[in-house]
Amino acid sequence: MVSLKTKLGDWELDNPIIPASGTFGFGYEFAELYDINMLGTFSFKGTTKEARFGNDTPRIAECTAGMINSVGLQNPGVEAVMEKELPKLAKVFNKKVIANISGFSEEEYVYCAEKIGKSDMVGIVEVNISCPNVHNGGMSFGTSAESAEKITAAVKKVTDKTVYVKLSPNVTNIVEIAKGCEAGGADGLSLINTMMGMRINLKTKKPVIANKMGGFSGPAIFPVAVRMVYQVYEAVKLPIIGMGGVSSAEDVIEMMLAGASAVQVGAENLVNPYACKDIIEALPGAMEKYGINNLYDIIGGAH
Amino acid sequence: MEKTNFVINSNKKIASDVYEMKLSGSVKDFTAPGQFVNIAIEGLYLRRPISVCNIEAKENGQGELTLIYKVVGKGTEKMSAMTEGTVLSLLTALGNGFDTKRCEKSALVVGGGVGVPPMYGVTKKLIEEGKKVTAVLGFNGAGDVFYEEEFKKLGAKTVVTTADGSYGIKGFVTDAIKIMETEGGEAYDFDETFACGPEPMLKALYNATDITGQYSFEERMGCGFGACMGCSCKTKYGNKRICKDGPVLVKEEIIW
Ligand SMILES: Cc1cc2nc3c(=O)[nH]c(=O)nc-3n(C[C@H](O)[C@H](O)[C@H](O)COP(=O)(O)OP(=O)(O)OC[C@H]3O[C@@H](n4cnc5c(N)ncnc54)[C@H](O)[C@@H]3O)c2cc1C
Ligand SMILES: Cc1cc2nc3c(=O)[nH]c(=O)nc-3n(C[C@H](O)[C@H](O)[C@H](O)COP(=O)(O)O)c2cc1C
Ligand code: FES
Repeated sequence: MVSLKTKLGDWELDNPIIPASGTFGFGYEFAELYDINMLGTFSFKGTTKEARFGNDTPRIAECTAGMINSVGLQNPGVEAVMEKELPKLAKVFNKKVIANISGFSEEEYVYCAEKIGKSDMVGIVEVNISCPNVHNGGMSFGTSAESAEKITAAVKKVTDKTVYVKLSPNVTNIVEIAKGCEAGGADGLSLINTMMGMRINLKTKKPVIANKMGGFSGPAIFPVAVRMVYQVYEAVKLPIIGMGGVSSAEDVIEMMLAGASAVQVGAENLVNPYACKDIIEALPGAMEKYGINNLYDIIGGAH
Repeated sequence: MEKTNFVINSNKKIASDVYEMKLSGSVKDFTAPGQFVNIAIEGLYLRRPISVCNIEAKENGQGELTLIYKVVGKGTEKMSAMTEGTVLSLLTALGNGFDTKRCEKSALVVGGGVGVPPMYGVTKKLIEEGKKVTAVLGFNGAGDVFYEEEFKKLGAKTVVTTADGSYGIKGFVTDAIKIMETEGGEAYDFDETFACGPEPMLKALYNATDITGQYSFEERMGCGFGACMGCSCKTKYGNKRICKDGPVLVKEEIIW
């Protein structure tokens, strides 16, 4: 019998598969299809202090082996998430979840972290400093080591929960940002968020997406994600949740060899709502094929 | 919703750039006309949303779906070349669909271009429920017209308009509706409108009549089942996802 178990710090997961924030809603659409308790855990939709409608539509553009989204953090706001979404989620999911939060100022990050950190259902607070879809926020905190460190430290101060910081690939040197988060006291890192991308409609000769640019994700970005996880693993001592283009059990193994302790699956959930279930079920076979008994043992194995 | 495989029974051209595809598979989750499917197409990352035109239910939840689509890009181009026996992965029974119960006696059914297909299923259901249906189908020109006979066979009073006047009444669907309104009486005794078509058509219709109604909208989709927030719109009843809380909105809630 192979073992799929892994650990994020001292949180033991049944398997490393975690649906990525923004691609799994608050879980119920998927709970109608399969028992989502089979997941390692999942990361819910990016939550902000105030409710947000997000960007104008069209928000989605197709790409070769991927897609661009410019949703722009549509969410009902942290209070509504705690009062309405989490109690509903509790009916279909009995593990702790990852709370993905975002903000437009340090104060907003702190506000969200403090609130959501009070929920018993939350295992990790995942601080998104890498959303490419909102102006003056999100990503700008994730593009310098100093601001990444500052936000991390501010969030750490207001919650006892484990804090993971989610990094942007849209930077010159992701290792510097990762080190900034480590210096700020992060317990772990999630990477990567989407890459800035754009499509132009040849018929209208204008951008496909109303916001012009958006975040590119899906299988096409997998090699970039593997490279970044590999680099960050060498530079910091923190556990890493690896993501970006994961769509198969083999991808999960590759991401873990690069240095990920667990793996998030994003865009793939949208085209195959059973993606995470399919990957979990395919993992034992793939492990046997590559002579792996214990997934936990292969973390960083490529180094 | 169900993720399930369908087999193509037939796929043929029925008007300029417009194809009718019939497929067999599980139809057990469908609850209302106006729902749609999301089709995986080999070589393309995102699925393609297409409305269900008709369902012929057989035993054990199996049945035949009719889809009508216009070739506008890569995905629909690939679909048009598909042959009998090809297996397609579909997400079925997506969206809310039309609520035919909101119509008491007489319905005005309006379809424009590739907005016509879901109106066939609505018309069929309304007639099964014993309601009177007047269908107004709008196209660009004579070469674009399809399904006029099919609507008539269901028992709907069917009026076709073309923008260039090459077939039926010249003008838009609203021009045909104006004529009925002027005639009055039996010709204009509708208690509910059901509509699907390009947004300018829906808006013109919204402004042209006082009748309550249900309007089906389109938006670019990531998932088609409510997970990504790619297709959101604002309504008077709050933010909605076109794919899950729509595609059909009631007239009272629409914000243009
Ligand atoms: C709920 C719903 C029901 C629909 N029903 C029908 C139908 O019954 N018959 C029909 O012919 N068409 C229908 N459409 C439109 C149809 O989805 C698009 O024409 C089709 O996706 C175009 O794909 P493509 O690859 O040929 O075009 P491309 O332009 O190559 O597609 C690129 C991307 O844009 C998306 N896209 C392009 N046009 C549209 C559009 N108008 N609406 C939404 N997404 C679009 C595609 O899905 C794809 O992700 C419906 C759309 C929606 C949202
Ligand atoms: C539609 C969509 C919405 C997303 N929303 C969020 C979000 O709210 N917060 C966040 O941290 N990341 C968000 N992401 C990024 C994903 O969580 C993930 O980091 C990225 O898509 C890379 O993984 P993938 O290639 O598997 O999609 C979103 C991605 C997509 C496709
Ligand atoms: S298309 Fe994903 S929520 Fe509607």
